[in-house]
Order: sequence, then C-alpha cells, then structure tokens
Amino acid sequence: MTNLECLRGAAAPKSHNARTIAALTTNPGCSRRAVMDAAGIDKERLASHVGFPARFGQSQFAITRGNVFEAQLKANGCAELLRLLREVLALPIGAAAYDDLESVNQLDARADRSRELLTRAADGDEDAGTLFDHPLLRLEVGGRWVYLEPDLIALQFGGKFYVVEIKSFAVIDGKADGTKVSAAATQSAVYVLAMRRLLAEAGYDPGLVSHDVVLVCPENFSNRPVATLVDVRKKLSVLERQLARMGRIDAIVDGLSPSLTFDLQVDDAGVPQRPVAELVDGMGQIDARYSPECLANCELAFFCRHEARGSTAALGKSVREELGGVSSVSHALSLASGAVPPAEDEIEAAEMLRFAAKLRSECLS
Amino acid sequence: MSALTALARVSAVSSGVAQPIATVRHVHLSSRPLVFVPLALAGEANAPLAALVGSSPDAPQLLFVPQPRNRDQRFEFAAKLAAILLSYVDSFCGETETVPAGRNTEPRERYVDAPQILVPNGGGVGFVRLFGRSTRFRRTEGEYAVDASVPLLGRWLTFFAERSEYPGSSLLVSMTGALSMHWATGQSAVEDANLAALVGWIDPPSGMSGAEAALEAEDPLTWPPAGPATDPTFDNEVLAPAIEAGSLSMLESALRSQLMPTWELMWRGVSLLRGLPPGARVEQRWTADRDAFTGFASYVAEGGYPQAKRDVAVAAAQRLARLERAQALYDAQRAYDDPLLLAEYRLSGEAFAGTVIASSPDRIDDSGKRRVLRPHVTVRSEDPVLLGPGASVVSPARPSQTGSFVSVSGPDVVLELSGGMGRGLTTPPGSVPEVGERLTYTTLTESYQAPAAFPSREETPWTHGGPPVEYVPDDEDAAEDWS
Repeated sequence: MTNLECLRGAAAPKSHNARTIAALTTNPGCSRRAVMDAAGIDKERLASHVGFPARFGQSQFAITRGNVFEAQLKANGCAELLRLLREVLALPIGAAAYDDLESVNQLDARADRSRELLTRAADGDEDAGTLFDHPLLRLEVGGRWVYLEPDLIALQFGGKFYVVEIKSFAVIDGKADGTKVSAAATQSAVYVLAMRRLLAEAGYDPGLVSHDVVLVCPENFSNRPVATLVDVRKKLSVLERQLARMGRIDAIVDGLSPSLTFDLQVDDAGVPQRPVAELVDGMGQIDARYSPECLANCELAFFCRHEARGSTAALGKSVREELGGVSSVSHALSLASGAVPPAEDEIEAAEMLRFAAKLRSECLS
Repeated sequence: MSALTALARVSAVSSGVAQPIATVRHVHLSSRPLVFVPLALAGEANAPLAALVGSSPDAPQLLFVPQPRNRDQRFEFAAKLAAILLSYVDSFCGETETVPAGRNTEPRERYVDAPQILVPNGGGVGFVRLFGRSTRFRRTEGEYAVDASVPLLGRWLTFFAERSEYPGSSLLVSMTGALSMHWATGQSAVEDANLAALVGWIDPPSGMSGAEAALEAEDPLTWPPAGPATDPTFDNEVLAPAIEAGSLSMLESALRSQLMPTWELMWRGVSLLRGLPPGARVEQRWTADRDAFTGFASYVAEGGYPQAKRDVAVAAAQRLARLERAQALYDAQRAYDDPLLLAEYRLSGEAFAGTVIASSPDRIDDSGKRRVLRPHVTVRSEDPVLLGPGASVVSPARPSQTGSFVSVSGPDVVLELSGGMGRGLTTPPGSVPEVGERLTYTTLTESYQAPAAFPSREETPWTHGGPPVEYVPDDEDAAEDWS
C-alpha cells in the first residue's frame, strides 16, 4: 500500500473532475488540500464528521436551468450549437458529422473510443466527425488518472480543435459575471490541457488544440445562446505549473508520520466512527494555507478557518500585508502597543504599527 | 485596505466587537428611505422571485412571483414594484429651491429632497441594475405589451444603479457597503458581505461577542441570505414544493420567512448609521444627488429615451473622467471631514499634524510687481515629515488657504501661506494660524478640477469608431425574450 492509500484508508478514492482541478490553482500553496486531493480523500465527508460541514448546496432551479439549456443546444444533432459555431469558428456548412460519445458505457472504453475518434480527426479523416459530444479525456493528476468530460469538442475546418463549454449564466449586453467567466475559463483550460496531452501522446502536435475556448451562454434575459471565444493561455500556464507541483506531493507525504490516516472507520450502517480528535490532530500535521477565498472553493474551509483564528491571514491577504506581514493578531497588537520589542526583521513593521496605534487612539479619544 | 483599517480589524478580533474606522457618517441618510430587499430565482438571469419593500420599518410590503418562470407574472411583479417605487419617487417631486445663476449657467430649480433606496448588499445593487435593464425597453402597446409603469420603473432603476457608481452618491446605497465604511470587523471583507454577520460584529446581542454573533449569522436557517441569491436548501426543500403545490399562502409565508430577518437587519443598520454624526460635507454631496435627481426627473417628464445598452465612445470617456474626478474629490472630502481618515494620510506621509511655533502673519512679499501678503508659519510636526520644499499643502481647518513648503529642519516646517486672508495687506483675525494652534496639513485638495476636454459626439475620432449612430429603441428591444 502506498502512503497516499494509507492516508485515505478504506474508503474508495474520490476522483477529481475539471472543477476540483481548477480549484487546485486557486490556492496552490496549501499542502493540506494538495495531499487530501492527491490521496482521493472525501473532504466533504471528513469536514462534516469533524463538525465543520461545507456549504456548497446547489439549488434544483439552477440545475434544471443548466440541463434545459444544454439539452436545447444539443437537440437535433446539435443544430443550434452548429449554427453558433459556424458563426464564431467559421465551421464549413457541410462539416457537421456528430458523435455522441456519452452513449458509450464503460469508462475506459469511452476514453479509448474518444481517443480513436479524436486522433482520426487530427489525421484529417473527414469521416471522423466535427463535433464530439461529451468525449472522455484522461489527465494524470498527482500520479493518478482522472477522467474528464468536456461538454463538446469541435473540429474546425483546417484542423484546429476547440473546446466548447456550455454554461447557463447570462451574458447581458456583451458582459457577464467576471468570477463565473473566470471559473469557466479555468475549467475549460483543464480540458484543453487534457486534449493536448492526448494528442501529444499519440504523436501529434498539441498545438492543434486551440488556446481559445468557445464559451456558450444564454444571451441577455432569454434562452437564446451566444458564443464567445475566451483565451485561456494564462490559465493553462498556471494549471501546468500546479500539476507539475502535484508531482512533488511525495515530498510532503514522505515527511508525514507513516501511521497517519484519515480513515473515517465507517461502520456497517455507513456511519463514521473515527474519534474526531484523532482526525483533527491528523489534519494539524499537514500545513494549510487558509485565506478567506477558500470559503468559496474548498470543503475544508470552515475547519481551516476555525484553526486559523488569531492569524492575520484569516482576515484577508491585504490585512496581513498592511500589517507589514506580521502573521499573528496578538503579536501585531503587542508590537503596536510596544508591549514586546520587535525582532530584527520586524523593526519597520513595528514602527509603522506603533504610529498607526498612536493615530487611532488620538483620533478616537 | 489601509494599515489603520488593518489595525482596526486585528483590534476587533481581540476585543470581540467591530471597531470604528470613521468618526463621522460619510453617507447621507434620508429621513424616510425606501428599503428594498429583493430575491431572485436561482439559475435564471435576474428573474425576480420576491421582495420586501417599504419606507417604514413596521410596514414592509411583500411582492412575489407565484410561478417565477412565467413571463406575465414577472411583469405583474414589475408593475406592482413600479406602483410602490414610482409613487415614492414622485413624492419628492414637489417643493423646489432656486439655484442662482452661475458663471455659465442659468438659474434653475432643484428639488429640496430626493429619494433614497437602501438594499442589503452589492448583489442588491446588481439586481436593481439588471431589473432596470430588463424592463426599461418594454413597449406598452402591441405584442408583448406591458403596463405603462414597467418601462418607467426600468428607467428609474437604471438611473439609481448608474448613480450608485458615482463616488459619494447616496441615492442607492448598499447596507453592507455603508456599514463596512464605518466599522472594521474581526473577519475578512469576503465575510463582511454577509449582512447578518456584519451587523453581528457591530452590534452583537447582549451576552454574545461579535465573533459569536457572526458565526451564528452564517447559519442560513436562523439568518437566511440577504439576497438576491436564496439558500439552496430553502430552494430545494421549501420553495420548490410550494411552487409545485401552487399554494399562494404556503409560498407567501415561506418567502416572508426568508425576507423578514433581512428586513429587520436593514433597519438595525439604518439606526446604527443614524447614531453617527454626519460629516460636514455630506450635505454638499447630497446636493449633487438632488441635482442629478432633478435633472433625471425632468428628462423622464419630457419623455426621454430609455438609457442606451452601451455608452458610445465619447460619453463613456466623459463618464469615466467624471467618476475619477468625483473619486478624488470624495476621498479628499472625507479626509477633511474626519480626522481618522486624515490620519491614513499622516501614516502614508501625505499629511502631517503639528503645532504652530512661530507665525509672521503680516509678512509682505514685495519681490514682484505688486506687494502681496504672504505670511510664514512654522509648524513643529509630531509626525515624520516626508514632504519637502515645493510641496503644497492645505489644512482642513482653512480649506481655502494653501501653504507651500519653504524649508524643513528636523520636525520644523516653514510654510508660506496664500489665500483665505482677504484682499488687503493686513490679515483679518483668525485667518492665519496663531502660535500654539494645532493643525494638520495635507496634500489632498478639494479644489475645483476643470473637466478634461473631449470631442463632441459628432467628432468621435475614427480610432473610436467614428461618430456613432443615434440610438433609437426599436421593436427588437421590446420583444426581447425573458425566459
């Protein structure tokens, strides 16, 4: 058994998807998350067992809307989607062969079939199709294969592949919510990367996959779709760097106690029995880098927030920076009041803090 | 985030309650604001679900859409909201005052008061903007006809949303924005976006620390989100079955239960803000708001077009320049009004406080053609002085008087003063700082900045697409789907 399997214990590994891979790039310095994800630990279950459940519910209205929108685009052999792609990518009219790869059942068979079709298309085989619906791609993340399922990959006339991402947030007068667009772009970048690696492994030029992805969203307040090209080059480089880092996860794991495990000791009724204190102690052995942004991205965030109480970083990156990088709340206050002498590298920060404290007390008295 | 605010945040952590970061109130607060708490249906593009609205704490009106995907019902919601909001707006279109003629302007009338809409958070402002966008182009006749009040509502909501981007405007205010401008909590800015948590830090219930109150406020069962997004569990377990059952009473009580806690928080926020004395220049900014309101009311009365979907190049550049000037002025005004904000500039070296140790109020400069009064004062600074000769500074105590640095030796700064002393060669009493007076001087200025020159619309350069086509709303705008 490898170290990572020990850490996970008896539970089945939780697999990554494009969303979780994208989340890795938001806080690359967090070892705790990196180790948990590499080991395939169910963070959601772990967090709720230790008393800090994540709050990532999704409204059924949002789910329904997303499904209806995608179904509408893909109805009649992707008729509506094709019209859009013809506009934005100049797909030739005739070229509209469509492969629904979702219908292939078994995971590996689907991945193989997807690879076969996509490489044939890369060869320029016209019969191989132009639209590949839900192909299954594989990407190696932290030493394990992760299956990924883009909404669609389109092949443009001239041999370029484009990842197509369908999202149900609205683009109103040419503008959309920046956070959502950015999240969609990162997710698409994961697909671009997987597709590039697939081609590279098969001996093709990875540059055949465009760094522009096609984002399809409803326009204004309607159900009418609109397609936009989004450049994901920056996201790609962040992603590649982060995945390369994942490879070095072993270095972190090797430093952990060999007996460390996050096994929840689930009983026959499916209820975790593991004493909470043991898990909390275990998590404490792997460094986390909590920041308030984690609340929107990580299942363990509420646990880490609780643990990070009293640190200036828990108040936001800018707070810590403004305090001259002093990491603890109580130390910052002691420096500000002059109660403790500053260490050599804190002299400047302490001077500033004392001045700030003097100004506040002068103005508030 | 400034160092002073960061320090206030860590103090809040250790004391368990939010700390003041302003000594006066910098937003205008109407004596009868219209509180508006909207909810939108998840997954849709700003589809209205429900709202509590009203200008009295004990009389909230609940509006809701029984089938949120039904287009007609959405427009009924819009018409009901219009009835409330437009009559509220109209109630300010009464008494006017005359603004005397300026150098280049005719005398004009201005309403003596203006409406003020308060929403819970930034999302509420976004709701106002998008709801304005989705209603202002609607036609009142022909296919897809809506009630005449609906497009009018859209124009007003758009006006409020656009004005809210203007630094210092108080016509449309988000409660989380207004509160976090005056208090620093012991949590992050991300968490401050939760109104219940923010109010919990500022004004915790007795026997509880702010931190505990904020933690409790994160439970959506006790404190439902302040909108416009709803709690997903509420959607799945309460809202969906109620919509499915088609039971109006079930829906009404479910939605009321989601909105009432926020409604109460809004009025608690109002009284927290009312507890602060207003800054001296708040009135001046509100006057600018009243001007904007008066202007837009007459534009609407004259049957003006709905606001365009996108600004044309020249208008966009002008707007940006206006916003930048307004921001600079707003920053300066707040610092002049509030020693705690001015202290941020002392910390960064853009201001210093000190005591006058020497003063020559009748010093005459006769080096030029005309003899002029140029008093010198020496200020012993208590702050590090980072400014040097050539810098020009103003003290909030005498905003029309400029001091230029003559010399600095150690903590002593010699300033040459000009302005604010009348026209003669002797200084009126009190116009020049006397020995022993404590003052703060800053490089911030609230003096008038001339607007930049822009080409006319017809002379839009080719680099910016050339002269734009005149915008005329067409049938396509009115027919836009809303599904």
